[in-house]
Amino acid sequence: MDFSAIRSRLAGAQGRLYWRSLGELADTPAFREYLHREFPEQASQWNDPKGRRQFLKLMSASLALAGIGACTKQPPEKIIPYVRQPEDLVPGKPLFFATALPFGGIAAPVLVESHEGHPTKVEGNLQHPASLGATDAFGQAGILDLYDPDRAQTVTARGEVRGWGDFTNALASVLAVQKSKQGSGIRFLTETITSPTFAEQVELIRADYPQAKWHQWDPVTYDAAREAARQQAGHAADAVYHLDKADVVVSLEADFLTTGPGHVRHMRDFADGRRITDDHKVMNRLYVVESTPTLTGAKADHRLALPPSAIEGFARELAARLGAGVAAGEAAGGVKADAQQQKWATAIAGDLQAHRGRSLIVPGEYQPLAVHTLASAMNQALGNVGQTVTYQPAVDIHSSDRMASLRDLTRAMDAGQVELLVIVGSNPVFTAPSDFRFVERLAKVPLIAHFSQYFDETSANSHWNLPASHPLESWSDARAYDGTVTVMQPLIAPLYDTRTVHELLALFITAQTGKSSHDLVKDYWTRAYAGKAGNWTIHDSAGNPFKSPESFWTHTLHDGFIPGTAGNVGVAATASAAPAPAVAAPAASRPAASGTLELIFRPDPFIWDGRFANNGWLQEMPKHISKITWDPAAWLSPRLAESKGLNDGDLIELRYRGNTARLPVTIVPGHPDGAVTAFLGYGREHSGRVGTPADETAKGFNIYKLRTSDAPWFDSGLDIVKIDGARYLLARTQEHHLMEGRAPVRAGTIDEYRSDPKFVGRMGETPPRGLTLIPEWQYNNYKWGMAIDLTSCTGCGTCTIACVSENNIAVVGKEQVYKGRDMHWIRVDHYFAGDLENPEMYHQPVPCMQCEMAPCELVCPVGATTHSAEGLNDMVYNRCVGTRYCSNNCPYKVRRFNFLLYSDWYTQSFYPLRNPDVTVRSRGVMEKCTYCVQRINAARITSEKEDRKIRDGEIVPACAGACPAEAIVFGDLNDPNSRVTKLKQQDRNYGILEELNTRPRTSYLAALRNPNPALEPSRGASTTEH
Amino acid sequence: MDPKPATYEPAPLIAPGHTFGSVTDKISAVVLSGRQPAGWFVGMIIGFLITMMLMFAVTWLLLKGVGIWGVNIPVGWGFAIVNFVWWIGIGHAGTLISAILLLLKQGWRTSINRFAEAMTLFAVMCAGMFPLLHTGRPWLAAYWLFPYPSSMSIWPQFRSPLIWDVFAVSTYFTVSLIFWYVGLIPDLATIRDKTKHRGLQVIYGMLSLGWRGSVKHWERYEQAYLLLAGLATPLVLSVHTVVSFDFAIGIVPGWHTTIFPPYFVAGAIYDGFAMVLTLAIPLRAMYHMEDLITLRHLENMAKVTLVTGLIVAYGYSSEAFFGFYSADKYEGFMVWNRMTGPYWYVYWTLIFCNIITPQWLWFRRVRTTPWLLFCVAMVVNVGMWLERFVIVVTSLHRDFMPSMWGMYHGTVWDWMTFIGTLGFFLTAFFLFVRVLPMISIFEVRTLVPEAKLVEAEGH
Repeated sequence: MDFSAIRSRLAGAQGRLYWRSLGELADTPAFREYLHREFPEQASQWNDPKGRRQFLKLMSASLALAGIGACTKQPPEKIIPYVRQPEDLVPGKPLFFATALPFGGIAAPVLVESHEGHPTKVEGNLQHPASLGATDAFGQAGILDLYDPDRAQTVTARGEVRGWGDFTNALASVLAVQKSKQGSGIRFLTETITSPTFAEQVELIRADYPQAKWHQWDPVTYDAAREAARQQAGHAADAVYHLDKADVVVSLEADFLTTGPGHVRHMRDFADGRRITDDHKVMNRLYVVESTPTLTGAKADHRLALPPSAIEGFARELAARLGAGVAAGEAAGGVKADAQQQKWATAIAGDLQAHRGRSLIVPGEYQPLAVHTLASAMNQALGNVGQTVTYQPAVDIHSSDRMASLRDLTRAMDAGQVELLVIVGSNPVFTAPSDFRFVERLAKVPLIAHFSQYFDETSANSHWNLPASHPLESWSDARAYDGTVTVMQPLIAPLYDTRTVHELLALFITAQTGKSSHDLVKDYWTRAYAGKAGNWTIHDSAGNPFKSPESFWTHTLHDGFIPGTAGNVGVAATASAAPAPAVAAPAASRPAASGTLELIFRPDPFIWDGRFANNGWLQEMPKHISKITWDPAAWLSPRLAESKGLNDGDLIELRYRGNTARLPVTIVPGHPDGAVTAFLGYGREHSGRVGTPADETAKGFNIYKLRTSDAPWFDSGLDIVKIDGARYLLARTQEHHLMEGRAPVRAGTIDEYRSDPKFVGRMGETPPRGLTLIPEWQYNNYKWGMAIDLTSCTGCGTCTIACVSENNIAVVGKEQVYKGRDMHWIRVDHYFAGDLENPEMYHQPVPCMQCEMAPCELVCPVGATTHSAEGLNDMVYNRCVGTRYCSNNCPYKVRRFNFLLYSDWYTQSFYPLRNPDVTVRSRGVMEKCTYCVQRINAARITSEKEDRKIRDGEIVPACAGACPAEAIVFGDLNDPNSRVTKLKQQDRNYGILEELNTRPRTSYLAALRNPNPALEPSRGASTTEH
Repeated sequence: MDPKPATYEPAPLIAPGHTFGSVTDKISAVVLSGRQPAGWFVGMIIGFLITMMLMFAVTWLLLKGVGIWGVNIPVGWGFAIVNFVWWIGIGHAGTLISAILLLLKQGWRTSINRFAEAMTLFAVMCAGMFPLLHTGRPWLAAYWLFPYPSSMSIWPQFRSPLIWDVFAVSTYFTVSLIFWYVGLIPDLATIRDKTKHRGLQVIYGMLSLGWRGSVKHWERYEQAYLLLAGLATPLVLSVHTVVSFDFAIGIVPGWHTTIFPPYFVAGAIYDGFAMVLTLAIPLRAMYHMEDLITLRHLENMAKVTLVTGLIVAYGYSSEAFFGFYSADKYEGFMVWNRMTGPYWYVYWTLIFCNIITPQWLWFRRVRTTPWLLFCVAMVVNVGMWLERFVIVVTSLHRDFMPSMWGMYHGTVWDWMTFIGTLGFFLTAFFLFVRVLPMISIFEVRTLVPEAKLVEAEGH
């Protein structure tokens, strides 16, 4: 008992201090632990057979007594309203706070909507250059992770519940030993970190423990890109692409629109480069040379499908034609470019030459260093550097080669040099390359602490499991892809006994003991503002200095970012102690053995490296192109499938370097023939209730078992064997990908549109108005409508998940999706057109059309779906009896039915997740897109209070707000100046199935492409559809 | 040319040798004797067990929701609506026999109208379950579809064909029930008079509403019966017309067709007569009623089946023709998809069942051989169920948007509910046979030679 502490506390108390025990009075962390733990003493008895029996006896007796106790009268409990209302908090009115959700360490700037203190919805940060108001699917789904009931909630040590105090004590003894060894046994393993506060903490730890080492591991590494940028810039750097300035873009297997740092901004810039108006019919042009079809490839004006090993050869061909220092065909032992590739290279090179300084070559993140170097050289040769691509100081505070870094760690573990391993966030047991034999080597480490939001595979192999706070519960900071610093502020106090990463590191730093992450972050930035920490240029958005540190801090929190920090060196990235990066040898050095296939590894589009496995929203997202939910698949081309006798859903065994994994097959037109794509992230052993597969087959889908450190992204030597008779059920939201001559997507080329602007209208039939005797309803006030530009839309699906989040849409699970009962109010349809080997791909988001002559309204027997005076097709859940006639009669099939009780009414942690402005639907009720009527009404209330009309852009439905391409525009059709009216006046505006006289309020702007005449002779509009 | 003289002489409506007394005794004995053939027990037990299965399936349905069935988006209606249309169709034959044939003074209706009407009632009961059970919230659908005056001034949406359905089916059931009951009154009085059991005397006495057979009673009875027949006659046409509107009002290709009302009515009568045959043939064998339900009856019913079958065949061909002739790509695709799409086998089985099979009825040998006729009738029953499946499912599963095409499969709960209603129907029918005269005693008595005499004397 620390009596001096008690005395000092009594002395410092104001007024009379009442205390019950000395323990309470001392107020030690240990005592607080004691209070918080249930059955503090009895817990250990569970492990003792005799003690457990005694314990159960007592428990049963007390339960019996509890039953008697229930007969007593309940004490009166009063609920008390706010006596003093918190400032700014008006019940029913949400507040928005700027923060960031780091993804792979890179800040995704967001505004989070908070209702009475609980965050409910993520929006993009309109002012932040990395967002401009948009997010991606991961950002939208982040809110579900916060409320996930399967999160790690308490500290555990070897499976037993402990407290943070226990860990602190355990750590203290280890640190005492390490102190004497200068920390030579301490190793940290983190993911990519861009937090300057973290960087400073690491420096402080290094000061105390100079021999401690920090390793980094990301399963989705950008090692080659990082190294190429370093070589180009001469220091640790990131290549930042400015697609807004590029007229011709060539992607060498780069999926820059939907993955990688900055993709949200890329999509916006790229879409801006092809925004067509009646006066401005100019488009940028995109060439994509890639293996696995991606959404970037689907968006391309020209897509060339090559096996991944052939990309380098193609890059050389192209570089030779651009005079970028290599001769054609120089690819060492590589596959020689064939005549088709030569033709493409010539055509693309010509186009690039004609756009010097306004073109861009983007190398793929999964391609080897050689391709990145070639791309840099080409960009240099074309004068693009400084224009469309800039090399900025790396945002990554520790620019190491991830693969080498993890290899170092495993070697050190093997050699017994690691005495304390602190794993922060990462899940290396699941994601490490199989040749590292990570689990085996991990077992040699005497003390492993895993700091993570979930109990995962790594947790299962660690001694201490430390629950991490969700970013929405944390004070922290991070940098966006362009370097802009984003300060993260919490939206809610931690739901469980979790801590932030800064608080974790503070345990190692004597000077920071007991400091909260708020203090740490604020302290760092106050000093940074004063020029005493880091190397920052800080000014307000107008470029002037802030009035005071307080003003700086308030503005930073309010805006969510520090203007002017893009491109700052900030924290000088520490160089890795690792040897020169062992870049994965390109396939050129290992010629493909005949008769074997190439194996391509890709992160799953929504589960990513496996980290989102427990996120039901992301699991239920239909994966790009294949539209499969809940499961991975092996993608292969129709020709390969034919030669192997494979069909969709057949199980195959992938045999590669003596390892095997199983995957169900999906045939994807546009996939190169000699390769199979396998997606990482599935086959989790330890995840939550959502992420851990239920059936045995799905447990074998772990592709990390095949992945090795020398070929993390592709390699030859794969054999696939059909498992006879084994089929695996794949739940898709779309089975049919051909338009059947119906032209739901109308497409053409920009040249066609210039020469014949009316061609889109001729692809369908619109009945004239006024064919009815009954006078039509006049929409005199507002007349809501939506326009979706298919030229901008990439099909990324962010609209879908934003809608799920905004409208409390239930997750139904794989079986129900398979039965055709997915609940997404806005779906993204995908169509192939053209030939089977290299098809064109189109995407089309389909929300409710809000038909003026809605077929659904006519047939509802109880009037549960009716038309509003502003043209909305309203759905009255309370009135719906569920005949489903409306859905049958909906030609667009956008209505969704609660066949079972899909909404989770019982998991308490989900209650605060729900948007209080939207009804949570029960079973037996139809639902559908409402154009986010709750937002319309909120804007109406505001405008009526201010006695004005609703302004254009004041109402942004969730889908439109989240769309990175700004493809979805909503507004008042009675306002001649609204954006949506302007869009609908374009000649390429059309409605789906207008011939039915439904008069859809949601209309589409035809998908235009900008093909290079050298590669594609011009052709009639009518042939674009097959 | 020397045409062969017609040698075809149809079988008599009643076997020779029957008198008023023998008819009365024979029919009422089934109710009064207390001894039932073994077939009755077998049928009753099977029917009862299947009914229990229905109860189980419905309970689970109410607990879990319609998701236990195979319905989905795009196929929002599945077995439930197929079964509903099928059962309603079956009901039609009973009303047609009792009402329209009465007005047309077809004497052969008398020995089959009673059980055919009972069949109607039970079929409509089975049918009525489905629209209610298939809704997401049956506890609300049960009364929100009726225009009851509520304090909220919320009314049903009268433009919806489902509301018309509610009126059509409930009217149909009410009129059928009254018609059937009124027709039963003289026979109930006969049972009352013949039974020795005091309790039965009281029960049948109450049910017969004081019928004493006076001339005044008979006069009023005849008037009431004729009026009800007149009331029921349009219902034969209207009910299935309204049911067809459920589809024809919709815009789904394969539904939105003007031929639907007559096509549905013909199909209903077709199926209904097939079902009457399905019931009559075993029934007459089981209770040895061959002398009352003669080959003449069977043959006449077979002829009606053949004619309506041909109308239905015309419906199919016109549907296929207009798919092509409309030059509407959705209609054209719908027809093509029915014939060659994933459900091609259902379509071609239906063509076999409903068009090919009834052609056997051109042969008198088939029409007058009960077991052959039974087989044909069973095939038609199956075929008509498949027809509704084709209309409901194959139209919906691939409509306008190719991206939302899907498939539909009935689940075990779908089958349990469908078969369960068959069990319920069987149970109800066997109970009817046991407690009420299955053939109209007083009307069959008008067929015996004695009646002719009396009639002749009367004039």
